[in-house]
Amino acid sequence: MSTVVTPGLFSQADVTVSKRTSYLLGFFALLVFFAFGIFGKAEPVAFQWSKEGDAIHLPDFIVGSNVVGIVVGSLLAAASVVSFLLARRRRATPMWITVGTGLTAVVALLAWIAAGDTIPFAFILGNAVVLAVPLALGAMGGIMSERVGVVNIAIEGQLLTGAFLAAVVGTLSGNLYVGLAAAMVGAALLSMVLAAFAIVYLVDQIIVGVVLNVLVLGITNFFYSQVLSNDGMHTNFPGTFDIMPIPGLSSIPILGHALFESRITTYLAYLIIPALWFVLFKTRLGLRARSVGEHPLAADTVGINVGRTRFWWVTIGGLVAGLGGAALTIGAVGAFGRNMSGGQGFIALAVVILGRWHPFSAAAAALLFGFSIVLRIWANQVSPDFPTDFITIVPYVVTLIAVIGFVGRVRAPAADGQPYIKG
Amino acid sequence: MSTTTEQATTSRVNSAMKEILASGASRAVLSVFLGFVVGALFMVFSNDAFLQSIQYFAAKPGDALGSAWTAIADGYAALFRGSIYNYQAANPVAAFRPITETLRFAGPLIAAALGVALAFRVGLFNIGASGQILFGALWATWISTRVTLPWGIHLIVALLVAILGAAAYGAIVGFLKARTGAHEVIVTIMMNYIAAGILTFFFRTPELLREADGGGTPKSDAPAVTAQLPVLLGPEYTLHWGFVLAIVGVVTYWWIMERSTMGYRFRMVGHNPDAARTAGINVERTFVLAMAVSGAFVGLAAANQALGARAGMTPDIDGTIGFDAITVALLGSSTAPGVLLAGLLFGAFKAGAPAMQAIGLSPEITGVVQGFIVLFIAAPPLVRAIFRLPAPQKTTVVADWWRGIFSRGGAK
Repeated sequence: MSTVVTPGLFSQADVTVSKRTSYLLGFFALLVFFAFGIFGKAEPVAFQWSKEGDAIHLPDFIVGSNVVGIVVGSLLAAASVVSFLLARRRRATPMWITVGTGLTAVVALLAWIAAGDTIPFAFILGNAVVLAVPLALGAMGGIMSERVGVVNIAIEGQLLTGAFLAAVVGTLSGNLYVGLAAAMVGAALLSMVLAAFAIVYLVDQIIVGVVLNVLVLGITNFFYSQVLSNDGMHTNFPGTFDIMPIPGLSSIPILGHALFESRITTYLAYLIIPALWFVLFKTRLGLRARSVGEHPLAADTVGINVGRTRFWWVTIGGLVAGLGGAALTIGAVGAFGRNMSGGQGFIALAVVILGRWHPFSAAAAALLFGFSIVLRIWANQVSPDFPTDFITIVPYVVTLIAVIGFVGRVRAPAADGQPYIKG
Repeated sequence: MSTTTEQATTSRVNSAMKEILASGASRAVLSVFLGFVVGALFMVFSNDAFLQSIQYFAAKPGDALGSAWTAIADGYAALFRGSIYNYQAANPVAAFRPITETLRFAGPLIAAALGVALAFRVGLFNIGASGQILFGALWATWISTRVTLPWGIHLIVALLVAILGAAAYGAIVGFLKARTGAHEVIVTIMMNYIAAGILTFFFRTPELLREADGGGTPKSDAPAVTAQLPVLLGPEYTLHWGFVLAIVGVVTYWWIMERSTMGYRFRMVGHNPDAARTAGINVERTFVLAMAVSGAFVGLAAANQALGARAGMTPDIDGTIGFDAITVALLGSSTAPGVLLAGLLFGAFKAGAPAMQAIGLSPEITGVVQGFIVLFIAAPPLVRAIFRLPAPQKTTVVADWWRGIFSRGGAK
């Protein structure tokens, strides 16, 4: 009897490493070197690290815009050479090189946009974090659902439910924490509908998700125009959570303001993301959940109740997504607006995929989307001629590239979207 | 002898009844009914008069019930006046305007829903109708505002470009799915945003499509008169030839799906891709072709939006059509007549909005009704449980009778 060895699983010899990543890095190196460096703008650009009146004040770093382009371009070229050499030895380019070069390329882009102006680093990072929180929490809800094998297209509806209930219940009760609780419970109830339809009635999960989005949009639009917009003072004026700087941490240079001078919704996200990682990958509970999402039949055989596991993970995922919805209203601007989530649930879905169903990578992906939103707003201010519409679509193009497997493989849980019928 | 025939007839009638009750069509009708019931509840519980009278419900229940009835009757009467026939209008022209408005709104909905429905039949979920509309409309707008062509030819070229643009954008999705296995739902969602970004860029840039003397907001010129879809019923009504395009689309869809070889392949792949592959069908190529044809139908909606316009267009030219099309296709159970009827219903919802606004009821109520209708449609067991309908039947009495009427070979 011969044993069949799956290529790539046990024997390294059979692995062919694609050079796509290397070519991509090389392309970006040339682009940055020539577009931002050689043909870039010669005006100076000031990197502003800290705000006025900080405990530890770092001086602005002033450098010519094209110098940044040339330096970063050379760094990227070096990275692509390393990547080619690794590929020749049949080794994949490590993730940190790809991500690191991506970040440095962004620095060159910032310097190019802001030539003759300043780059307010703390402002950009801080706003990116605030914008990323609802996306990250929505994505965590999505991960919890998809890891057990239920596709969650309804993140959009959950965010919208959370945003609506947080603002309205927060106003009516006069207590933002009650609003927060209502947002989470409301979104969890919506998740229960998704879970019940998908698990009990075996309805197509994507269709249920889309339908729930339509339903929540219809209901919140109706209440918004019929009730909230007529009597906003008494129904839609919740205010926001206070900004609570964490003593000590918030005076760290560069990062302190951005990360540790925020609202409770942001801090809850900081707690939930590592907690989800720990539960998913380090506990028996998480192992069971993942087994249900990968191979429900095997999970059932060893005595795990597939239906029940799916139901509760999807429901608790709804709690988390509801928190993300609350972060849109009482965690950021206060009042609820018509169609407040405005497609952020679909971005959260992209974040789930770009983050490969992993809490930490998904949080990083959420930050990328948050960053692209800030970048668009900021770029519009410093250089009005810049075609900001292209910044808008960059994260979607990146997600598309990731989904079609151009850079690395993205693999969903094996049983994602498939109902389990006990036979 | 006669008793056995009688028994046979009653059992045939019985199974026919059961089949009709268990059919998708009766479920759709009941779902619509339930949607209106839930919508009525929303109207009642957001009505000021009702909420005030409910406080003394125990003392005078008649007040609460009366105001509840008034709220529902006024609301749906306004919907009727706004979407079908305005019996309060001053002259007959104005009285019949609502129904023409319904048809005008239904045109793009029906066309886009045909695209979504076609993808459903192949087992694909085309969430990308909105992106396909934007991409088709982008090129149609280019032709209609930047190119000068003689009357007639201009419209035809613009129409073809809208269809081809949307079809190409759809085909990319099919290609990516066939080549890389990427899930079409994710791909279409991403491509919606990408199309929106591209269109906004074109509408913002003066050298490309921005209106001649516009401000900073992205907006295009109005389509040239030679490229506009002409009005259908004279200058009193805004209804244009876009609705006729949609009807042509419905007939074409029916022919493709029920009569053509291509449609047979589509349906086969939709039923069971593995079996289709075994039977020699190139499943991957079918995905690409299906998404292209799906996009082409959506392109009819793009033409409706881009060439039916009489003023400059903004980047939200797709409105909510892309997503409404999904609900229309679901309600119409992806069949040609179903999509036509569902599209007319949802078009009526849109047309009824101003009349409902006029009586102080938020027109968004139709969004609630629409949402609940598709919720009930999406969960057949729920509707069956509510109305105690029989489960799907295995007998085919009605289908045989139907075939006897419509098939060319005559009844067997």
